[in-house]
Amino acid sequence: MKILLTIQKRNIAPRFDLTTEVLIALCVDQHILGTPRTILMTRPSSEELCALIIKEGVNTVICGGIEESHLKYLTWKNIQVIDSVIGPYSEALKAVNKGTLRPSIILPETMQGEQAK
Amino acid sequence: MASTIPSPLEKIAVIEILNSVPHGVLILDTELRILEMNSFLEVLTGFSSSDARGVYADYILRSNIDNNGRKFHEVLESVECLSVAGDIITQHHKKIPVHFTVSPLMDDSGIAAGLLVFLEDISALESFDKKRRNNNAVVDILGLSPKIQETFDLIPVLAHTDASVLITGETGTGKDMFAEAIHKTSKRSRHPFIKVNCGALPEALLESELFGHARGAFTGAVKDKPGLFRMAQNGTIFLTEIGDLPLTLQVKLLSVLDDKEFFPVGGVKKVKVNIRIIAATHRPLRELVKLGEFREDLFYRLNVLRMHLPPLREREGDVRLLLDHFMRKFSGSLNKPIKGFSKRSIEILTSYRYPGNVRELRNIIEYAVNICQEKKIQEESLPKYLFSPQRGQEVAPRKEQMPSETIAETASSSTTGNGGWGEVEKEMILDAMKKTGGNRSKAARILGWGRTTLWRKLNRYELS
Repeated sequence: MKILLTIQKRNIAPRFDLTTEVLIALCVDQHILGTPRTILMTRPSSEELCALIIKEGVNTVICGGIEESHLKYLTWKNIQVIDSVIGPYSEALKAVNKGTLRPSIILPETMQGEQAK
Repeated sequence: MASTIPSPLEKIAVIEILNSVPHGVLILDTELRILEMNSFLEVLTGFSSSDARGVYADYILRSNIDNNGRKFHEVLESVECLSVAGDIITQHHKKIPVHFTVSPLMDDSGIAAGLLVFLEDISALESFDKKRRNNNAVVDILGLSPKIQETFDLIPVLAHTDASVLITGETGTGKDMFAEAIHKTSKRSRHPFIKVNCGALPEALLESELFGHARGAFTGAVKDKPGLFRMAQNGTIFLTEIGDLPLTLQVKLLSVLDDKEFFPVGGVKKVKVNIRIIAATHRPLRELVKLGEFREDLFYRLNVLRMHLPPLREREGDVRLLLDHFMRKFSGSLNKPIKGFSKRSIEILTSYRYPGNVRELRNIIEYAVNICQEKKIQEESLPKYLFSPQRGQEVAPRKEQMPSETIAETASSSTTGNGGWGEVEKEMILDAMKKTGGNRSKAARILGWGRTTLWRKLNRYELS
């Protein structure tokens, strides 16, 4: 399963449309295969991000706030979207592998770290 | 305020106050973590305050204004309020336009101990504004000809800047509508658009109307009057017939354009204004400058951006479009079952030169629709003066605006025949062809037509 996470420093980026960095991980049997890849976008753009998701053949997208049109588009393309996730992306990745990640979750480790400045 | 929050009793009081506010309110600590949010914001974001407490505001608000908390940190450091428009994305995947007001919260020792963030949902305002702009701006102006399309293309360009605009064009070409369209497309659209006809009022009255007056400035000035310039604050003032503005007021207008401030009549205190000026005239300002009737410096100051509106006779194909539009409009409002024009009446209407431009065309159709008793507008329903060639040619020569008209004028003025407009047009064509030695392109240019129109008319009059 190919997972794409929209990230901002060590957390899930608050907004899909303002994301400039994504992490792509391959997961098999609840384990991450190899080292996840990071891709830097040239500029924040929902359309370009959707195109990247399709091009990469991603199965699951983990992101923060996302607009309805983009959510519908990705769902229509048979991509699972777990949105409104708040917290460190490493924890989100662990949770999705365990099958415990759900939309609008505030991960318990969120308050421990510092906000990226 | 933030320093008092730890006390449980006072905390209850604070949240009660916050919940009574009909806008989103958020209290943050210096790390920009959420201390409290009101119920309105809970609904707006979709997060409950118990979940949001302790989380960085950036992740709950999901706004486009606070990239990594940078803006909020700036408020904490500068201790100055921030007011900015942006948007947020809710848990329900909706993007909501919001106006943010961020204020620092000071403790007893005068140090910023937190932030108060106030979010006003402006989606209703924005959609209204959008609808208003879509409904009224350029949509009201009709035209498909290349010349009018060029002016349509200019509207967003002129609306984008704040420089003065001078709109020129013959009477009835729609200068007022274009000025309003520029205003409505500009960022000042939410503020007033004030129209002043400089030729409609005597000088003394015009000064008082424009700049206002102080109480006791003259007999009858029993109270302060703000004046139209002040009423247009943050908006646009449209000075129509600027060519008729008296010389003394031209000086005052120039100083307003330069300094953005003026003294009201009889006033001792200068008034500052933030306005955009759009001026319009049907008179050739350059000629007036030469005659000493218009100040040269004011002309150049107003002439920063210029829009020239083409006369109707130069807007190929638009006459037919406007005829149908006004026919539908007036037959609808008068509840008459008029379906169109007879062949002869359309010939007359499309070959008429419309010296009064769109205004004249509109009036002709209003007259015809009122008179017409049949399903189609017949020749008999049209105003009689349309059949008089001399009347149709009454276009004052304006070298600056329409040099191509000179020959047409000469031809028409020498016309004495009774053959109607066809004869006059034939003469004009022959005259133009004679002057250009038979060069059709040049002749078409002189006549203000396209080459195809000239070719069509040459065929029609069997001159080819």
